Amino acid sequence: MNQTADTPDIVVIGGGNAALCAAITAAEAGARVLILESAPKPYRGGNSRHTRNFRCMHHGPLGPLVDSYTEEEYLADLMKVTGGKTDEHLARLAIRTSEECLPWMQEHGVRFQPSLSGTLSLARTNAFFLGGGKSLVNAYYRTAARLGVEVHYEAEVTHLELDNDRIAFVEYAHQGETRRVTPKSVVVASGGFQADTDWLARAWGPAAKNFLIRGTPYNRGVVLADLLDQGVEQVGDPTQCHAVAIDGRAPKFDGGIVTRLDCVPFSIVVNKDAQRFYDEGEDVWPKRYAIWGRLVAAQPDQVGYVIIDAKSLNLFMPSVFPPIKADTLEELADKMELPADALVQTVAEFNAACGDTSGFHPTELDGVSTNGLTPPKTNWARPITEPPFYGYSLRTGVTFTYLGLKVDERAQCAIGNRPVRNLWAAGETMAGSILGQGYLAGFGMTIGTVFGRIAGKEAAAHAN
Amino acid sequence: MQTDLLQEARRQAEICNACRYCEGYCSVFPALHAERAFSDGDLTQLANLCHNCRGCYYACQYTAPHEFDLNLPQALADVRQDSWEDLAFPQAAGRAFQKNGVLIALATVVGFALLFWAARSLASQGGEGFYAVLSHNAMVAIFLPAFLFPLVSIGISLRRYWRHVGAQPLKPAHLAQAFRQAANMKNLKGGHGDGCNFEDEDRFTHARRAVHQAVMYGFLLCFASTSVATVMHYALHMPAPYGLLSLPKILGLSGGLLLVAGCFEMIRLKLRSDRNLGASGAFGGEIAFIGLLGFVGLSGLVLYALGQTALMPPLLALHLGAVLAFFLLTPFTKMAHGFYRLAALAADAQR
Repeated sequence: MNQTADTPDIVVIGGGNAALCAAITAAEAGARVLILESAPKPYRGGNSRHTRNFRCMHHGPLGPLVDSYTEEEYLADLMKVTGGKTDEHLARLAIRTSEECLPWMQEHGVRFQPSLSGTLSLARTNAFFLGGGKSLVNAYYRTAARLGVEVHYEAEVTHLELDNDRIAFVEYAHQGETRRVTPKSVVVASGGFQADTDWLARAWGPAAKNFLIRGTPYNRGVVLADLLDQGVEQVGDPTQCHAVAIDGRAPKFDGGIVTRLDCVPFSIVVNKDAQRFYDEGEDVWPKRYAIWGRLVAAQPDQVGYVIIDAKSLNLFMPSVFPPIKADTLEELADKMELPADALVQTVAEFNAACGDTSGFHPTELDGVSTNGLTPPKTNWARPITEPPFYGYSLRTGVTFTYLGLKVDERAQCAIGNRPVRNLWAAGETMAGSILGQGYLAGFGMTIGTVFGRIAGKEAAAHAN
Repeated sequence: MQTDLLQEARRQAEICNACRYCEGYCSVFPALHAERAFSDGDLTQLANLCHNCRGCYYACQYTAPHEFDLNLPQALADVRQDSWEDLAFPQAAGRAFQKNGVLIALATVVGFALLFWAARSLASQGGEGFYAVLSHNAMVAIFLPAFLFPLVSIGISLRRYWRHVGAQPLKPAHLAQAFRQAANMKNLKGGHGDGCNFEDEDRFTHARRAVHQAVMYGFLLCFASTSVATVMHYALHMPAPYGLLSLPKILGLSGGLLLVAGCFEMIRLKLRSDRNLGASGAFGGEIAFIGLLGFVGLSGLVLYALGQTALMPPLLALHLGAVLAFFLLTPFTKMAHGFYRLAALAADAQR
């Protein structure tokens, strides 16, 4: 079944969701497709490996989704998180097309689960993959193989030769040698640059060296840099990245979902000087989750420390690393290498500012707040008094970067004001065209699926 | 119980509990997610609930080479295997046979020898058919204890299991749910109904479920055949041999064919699957047990086919020898998993 793809019609660069959607669509249109995935097989799939859901517009119950989620509501949600920094035309295209994507995904092997336990209640807006993103990636690779798509793993694309307004050839390193292919069409779906810490530090400043990368270590932005250097049009702010606060003990790369901590609303968060720096109770957690990455990044050494007591331990999702535990605050400070006196004083001031806690309600904004404290804690403010005391360290975890390739509604890249005739982009590489800042759960997979399919279709049409 | 196996399963369960992507695959995950800390009993229960379908392994973003190095199917298989050895009565027999294919084979040979010896030494007392080789009374004298002993042994083990996992008093509804789930092997359907990942890496197939069903229903049909024959013998005074269209023969023949085909396919499937996702070091014991079970079925069928020839007496001794070994080894081989699995499903029904 596997045709040799020595001279494939289409080269797809990257091996995640968007790349696979493009490859499958193109192969179904009759094109011979070669996927060049820089990761080894066990790590294939880029950040899609770590995803778990797909945000989807729908007019009525659809697959695992209940009720309806209209284009306007979806767009409004997007506008809220991006602060209006979005290309509304492309955003509407992604949103509108998402509805037909869900059955397409199911037809190509993706399986969803009916609903999910835990803290997120997204049954209406987001469809969860059974087994998570890696199972989606596996299903797509199976489908692609059946369609004769060839995949080279550990194939790192180093250069796309731009000749006037078309890509002349693709150069990549594979099995110890440099190879050159001359496909008719090229689809770039190789993600952002967040795994290149030096690039991150150039954009962000030296603090970025302390950031943890939540996803794949293979998104180093090599192809992105190569194309931008040759004048292909860019979109998005290089200083922007999606950063959340995760467990400080997480691995440098690839920690994924399990490193998230949901305990902040029930805690006080201090910096290494044991001083609070922000309102921990500002809003329900999924809503405020993303801002804490930046808050922690702005603190000395880019670390934060969460302090809770025994009564809060079971109010949030279990964490992957057990909390640091102590019978007294002094002992906890010792174990967490915080100044004990300062921590005791911060907690005492906080406790003294807490008022009536009888209205405490862990899952909604309860208005149980501090009085006369700076910064205040505006919800879930209960004194930290009940031993044992628990602590977690926090660090900034980068999910993805926003700088990318600017595309049009056909997913085509451009140089100057002209399209590059045989170059399309999909997924994280071009997500900045729609997502100027912020993030909406499951929207990355929407962009990847919608624009992957568009890119695959256009690339195949060009190749034929 | 081996603390290192439990510790490793605990480490992995805690990572799974923070992730929860696998929630829909099988009963293990909802049970796991209901806990925040895992006692040894909790882990034993999860381990015996796991059907080793491997769906979670192939979906997991944290398997090796990732530093979290998750392999939940193996971690649970190791705990499960260890629990069977630990809860077995007598325990030494569990430790001896569970993982040891050679010992299972030796025990089978001893079974053969015993039956050849019995056929020669215990007079037939002038019976007909099989009873010309070994009298009915001699058969009962050998097989009644060989049947009752495993029942008592398993009964003791299941009581220990029930206490160890901290289950509540059993109600008929729990048992009914357990039997229902075992009957269609819901937990091997993969949650989406596409099957499990036993056969060919991340491809979903129903192969293991189908094969397991063939073995289970084949065995149950054979067992029913013997039970019906016993009732016919004692209650209805209709002694063997029975004709082709008699109930014992219809049940036995269909059961035997299913059992043999199922065991053959199960071994083929096991040889194809990734051994690193099963219990460490148990492969030999598992294959030997399936081989023994398959031989019981096969020798029964051959005995039926050649029962009128001069080969009948040695074939009968081989068949009965294998049956004897199978019965006596039931609490100490993979056969025990069926009982623990039912117990685990019943305990899960209480959740």
